[in-house]
Amino acid sequence: MDTALEDRFPTCPLSLTINGKPYTLDVHPWTTLLDLLRSDLELTGTKKGCDHGQCGACTVLIEGQRMNACLKLAVTLEGAAITTVEGLGTPEEMHPVQKAFVEHDAFQCGYCTPGQICSTIGLLNEGHASTREDIRELMSGNLCRCGAYTNIADAIEEVLADRASYREAAE
Amino acid sequence: MKRFTYTRAETVADAVAALAARPQAQFLAGGTNLVDLMKYDVARPDAIIDINSLPLKEIEELPDGGFRIGALASNSGVAYDARIQARFPLLASAILAGASPQLRNAATTGGNLLQRTRCSYFYDPSTPCNKREPGSGCAAIGGLTRMHAILGASDKCIAVHPSDMCVALAALDATVEVVGPDSARDIAFGDFHRLPGDEPQRDNTLACDELVTGIRLEANHFADHYTYLKLRDRLSYAFALVSVAAAMEIADGRVVDLRIALGGVAHRPWRDPLVEAEYAGAPAEDVTFQRVADRLLLQAKGLGGNDFKIPLARKAIVRALRQAAGGTPQSQTIKAIQ
Repeated sequence: MDTALEDRFPTCPLSLTINGKPYTLDVHPWTTLLDLLRSDLELTGTKKGCDHGQCGACTVLIEGQRMNACLKLAVTLEGAAITTVEGLGTPEEMHPVQKAFVEHDAFQCGYCTPGQICSTIGLLNEGHASTREDIRELMSGNLCRCGAYTNIADAIEEVLADRASYREAAE
Repeated sequence: MKRFTYTRAETVADAVAALAARPQAQFLAGGTNLVDLMKYDVARPDAIIDINSLPLKEIEELPDGGFRIGALASNSGVAYDARIQARFPLLASAILAGASPQLRNAATTGGNLLQRTRCSYFYDPSTPCNKREPGSGCAAIGGLTRMHAILGASDKCIAVHPSDMCVALAALDATVEVVGPDSARDIAFGDFHRLPGDEPQRDNTLACDELVTGIRLEANHFADHYTYLKLRDRLSYAFALVSVAAAMEIADGRVVDLRIALGGVAHRPWRDPLVEAEYAGAPAEDVTFQRVADRLLLQAKGLGGNDFKIPLARKAIVRALRQAAGGTPQSQTIKAIQ
């Protein structure tokens, strides 16, 4: 679309927090959270797969809840706290979910992995998964074209078991 | 995506007034369907009225034991609410049969009611579609009809309503609360969604200036005998080919009160209260269930690609009624059908 036409539509002020860092932005109302992250803020860890809520590659955490960033207009997220894969860990100090994915070789090409990891953290926050069957069902919103599902489920199963033993030890 | 202006409404009155001022505007809640339709250029609002700040998120018990679910309560919020799981497990189960966890977190109750069909021709602006562009024709008729209607279709449209939640709400006789510029009103769930007839562009009976504000559920005695059985092309994260919401009250081996609604088969959740009344008092056994299935599917008509849905629906109805009668509802995690 040409710039002149874009300019006829006012941008909207937007304040939000991404990975703990506050942002004050001006966005066009049609900009999705996914495009804001990737194109405007160059946070390219979050991936664009289908762009239609069918693959889960763009999964991020909005106020701790996993959602498809491709279907959220950024302007509707005033004041929200967003976590992307960049906010979880570093190569030196990985998040336990990232560590489990590496240990279990839970990917081949890795394109779906940031979404898988954010979705896993959402699943842990929700607290409805305790069995492998629960994991398979509750991770069904994240597709993996390499078919690494078995290892993804293994990784998540280990994180769940570690959490359970951690809780038992604390009791 | 067509460009549009954006406003955020803070009250129901503001939202309704904003829509009255901009008839080509649309309300935006969770966005899981509308934003997608806008990306495909199927929905082309010139203004978006963001209703996410409205105070419509509550799930509250009413003095008479019923519940009111605010239009902005998320699908997962409703499905995992302990009170809903205890008193309306059919609703919780149906919601968990649909979409993905990410989508259920974002999607709202009101939005679920108002989501559009997933007919692939409706989604493709290069094909004619009477629902998308009234009078242009229907590419699905004579096209690939695997996902299409076997009941209540017209020669203008053979699309189906995609919701799982609405199939349960139809069986539970929910009430839809709506607010317009001058007044508020209730719409019985059975009167909310409509058949395509000559106006397939109208999915429901909501007036163009009204906002859905909530759903009301009456207290019931179905928590022991219910099931939501959904059959689809993959085990999760797919729309129904056929789904069945069944609920009953049983006394002395007889079905005292029967509710059954079908999804994936018509332009609206399909329910026939006359059939339900006819079998009130019948023995809770397979012979009854087979008769109910035959009666519900009496007018069913295949279009070629979806002929298989008729025997599939017959078997699904019998199986669902058996599950409900036996107090063994379908698990939405372990998908083997008992």
